[in-house]
Amino acid sequence: MKDPAAAIAVVILFSLIIYALSGGADFGGGVLDLIAFGPRARDQRRAIAEAIGPIWEANHIWMILIVVLLFSAFPVVFSAISIALVVPLNVMLIGIILRGSAFIFRRHSPPGDGRGLSWGDVFAASSVVTPVALGVIVGSIASGGVQEMPSGMMSLNVWDAWLSPFPLAIGFLTVALFTFLAAVYLTVEVQEPELKEDFRLRAVVSGIVIGLLAWFCYFLAGRGAPLIRLGLEKSSWSILFQIITAIVAIGALGALWWRRFRLARIFAVLETVFVVLGWGLSQYPYVLPPTVTFQEAAAPESVLRPLLGALLVGVVVLIPSFVFLFWVFKGQRSREKD
Amino acid sequence: MNHLLAARSQMAMSLGFHILFAAVGIALPLLMVIAEGLWLHKKDILYRELAQRWSRGAGIFFAVGAVSGTALSFELGLLWPRFMGYAGPIIGMPFSLEGFAFFLEAIFLGVYLYGWEKVSPLIHWMSGVMVLASGTASGIFVVAANAWMNSPAGFKIVNGTPVHIRPFAAMLNPAFLGQSLHMIIAAFEAVGFAVASLHAYSLLKNRRISFHQRALVISLSVAASAALLEPLSGDFLARFVAQNQPVKLAAMEGQWETERGAPLRIGGWPDSKIEKTLWAIEIPKGLSLLAYDNPNALVVGLKAFPSQDRPPVLPVHIAFQVMVACGSFLAGVALLGIVWTLRRGRLPRGRWFLLLITACGPLGFICIETGWIVTEVGRQPWIIYHVIRTAEAVTPMPGLTESFSVFTLIYIFLAFVVFLLLRKEVIGADESEPLKVAGGRP
Repeated sequence: MKDPAAAIAVVILFSLIIYALSGGADFGGGVLDLIAFGPRARDQRRAIAEAIGPIWEANHIWMILIVVLLFSAFPVVFSAISIALVVPLNVMLIGIILRGSAFIFRRHSPPGDGRGLSWGDVFAASSVVTPVALGVIVGSIASGGVQEMPSGMMSLNVWDAWLSPFPLAIGFLTVALFTFLAAVYLTVEVQEPELKEDFRLRAVVSGIVIGLLAWFCYFLAGRGAPLIRLGLEKSSWSILFQIITAIVAIGALGALWWRRFRLARIFAVLETVFVVLGWGLSQYPYVLPPTVTFQEAAAPESVLRPLLGALLVGVVVLIPSFVFLFWVFKGQRSREKD
Repeated sequence: MNHLLAARSQMAMSLGFHILFAAVGIALPLLMVIAEGLWLHKKDILYRELAQRWSRGAGIFFAVGAVSGTALSFELGLLWPRFMGYAGPIIGMPFSLEGFAFFLEAIFLGVYLYGWEKVSPLIHWMSGVMVLASGTASGIFVVAANAWMNSPAGFKIVNGTPVHIRPFAAMLNPAFLGQSLHMIIAAFEAVGFAVASLHAYSLLKNRRISFHQRALVISLSVAASAALLEPLSGDFLARFVAQNQPVKLAAMEGQWETERGAPLRIGGWPDSKIEKTLWAIEIPKGLSLLAYDNPNALVVGLKAFPSQDRPPVLPVHIAFQVMVACGSFLAGVALLGIVWTLRRGRLPRGRWFLLLITACGPLGFICIETGWIVTEVGRQPWIIYHVIRTAEAVTPMPGLTESFSVFTLIYIFLAFVVFLLLRKEVIGADESEPLKVAGGRP
């Protein structure tokens, strides 16, 4: 590997994509839980709970990996983000804690009488708040709200870095994206035809909302994140990239429309991958636009190379373990079906 | 509340909470692996039930520990951004490895909890061994990062910035071996006694005698072995502290004067105003002998250090005394149990013994908490010993008092969640009937 800093940046982006695809879908499940309505609201909630199941806490390993890689490989960035974005980070953290606990709690407590605040409400509300905070964090980094400042000259205002239209719009875009993912996954996972239709409707609506919000963010980026806008327009490949993203998004909606749910799931996954990649590419080579490039922020090579080595060893140990886990639970189930 | 104090309080609370869950995640798998091994060996179904019940507890503690661990990884940055900006690259290695160990633990715990019917008994047992190994490894990695804060190694400082970073030298720093041994053994000791205490209590109530007796024998064997090893590892670690952090040792012992033949103090109240430790029982030359193998060895006292370089003496001394007292008591109980068993071939059967074990339940965890107070408060005023002061590392952002209040509420809430889950799933789970969990064949 010629450029270890770039390699670790790629691993971070990859982890963010996996987090969005797995943990993000869990958050989206919470949003769907919040907006469950109609005659089958109770069945919808049950299907969501089954889909999230016992693995909610395992998905956060990707977020922990991002945090650890950030402070090991890009310490300046981690430090600057932790200072400037203290409010959205705390909100996200509290959201993660409350969501996980409320989810367990709800499963172990008798159903409420419909009055007052129930654990289900806490679970659903924190499922909305947490991705908003995550999106706000990404949006304020993209808009240049987070800057490395020499000590003593720090802006001591907890709101400045993130309380503006562009980061908030990215926050809502994130919620819409996660909701869309969860709804599309559920169209495949639930068996009952009526439930499939319920989640199809929600997937289509949230898919359209994503499109509208994406345009709105693009419009806001003109003032809020000029560098991102420039990055999105700067070259032929970036325009091509956006065209592909748009095609994938329309493809997902089309597949939903014709009830090709498995195909829609593939498109939805691709759409998420392209959205996160698009963000990464548009602000390349800056990690804190418009001043700090990831080369400047990187820790010395003597740190990065052993870190890459550790990642490699980790992957070598983890992949067979994952295969084993999958074989135990999914492989055997399909064998029983045969 | 003072800015720095709020940050330190929030960190102390978060670590103090998480460490309980981490300890259970390390040690409970050993108990369930032993129980399942006995089931495979003796075909006694009660052992399998025991493994299943313990693994439920392990599952709950793992889940909540994952949440509080996620919180900690954020809090390191939110409270101490300048520490992380400085130290992140140097101690990133153990944290990365810990991430993978945690991942492995999650995978194999999943197999263990939900795979009783799905894999062969031997593979199931091996999964338990993997949970134990990865849990222990992640504990060792995290302690390695903390040990580095006590004995920073693997880098040089040029113009205030760390250069020539060698991540593995940093991870295997001088304090690493002593601290990780002491912590891991402490986890087995604390969890062993806590579990034994719960089962002894059930025996006192005459519930399912044969089931709880098996549980008691397994948990007490682990607890007693650890309780006898722990003073040895503590002695090893204390010698290291005497060499490398003399001011911490002086605070632990309430030693103000620099003198030859320093006494070992039991109890006592260090008073920073008059710079004396009052009302302690002093064993002449004890400290010199223990720390340096020489009754007339020179021990450096607190007064040899400027007051801005001393840790808060009172909490360090008191925490150390409490830790040693509880640890010695547990070692005594362990010795009693072992001698009795060797001479009569079984554990004592009287109610007095069950009462004694029940009472030992929280002591191991008190040792863990006070031990961490000793190592963390004893390192003050430094966050990285002799490199960065804690006051320099704290975030410049305001609002830490609010943050501390919110997190206090969150941890109270989490503790409440754990209490309810444990009562429902493990302790209160149909006391009189066997657990209704399907199982494989031996």
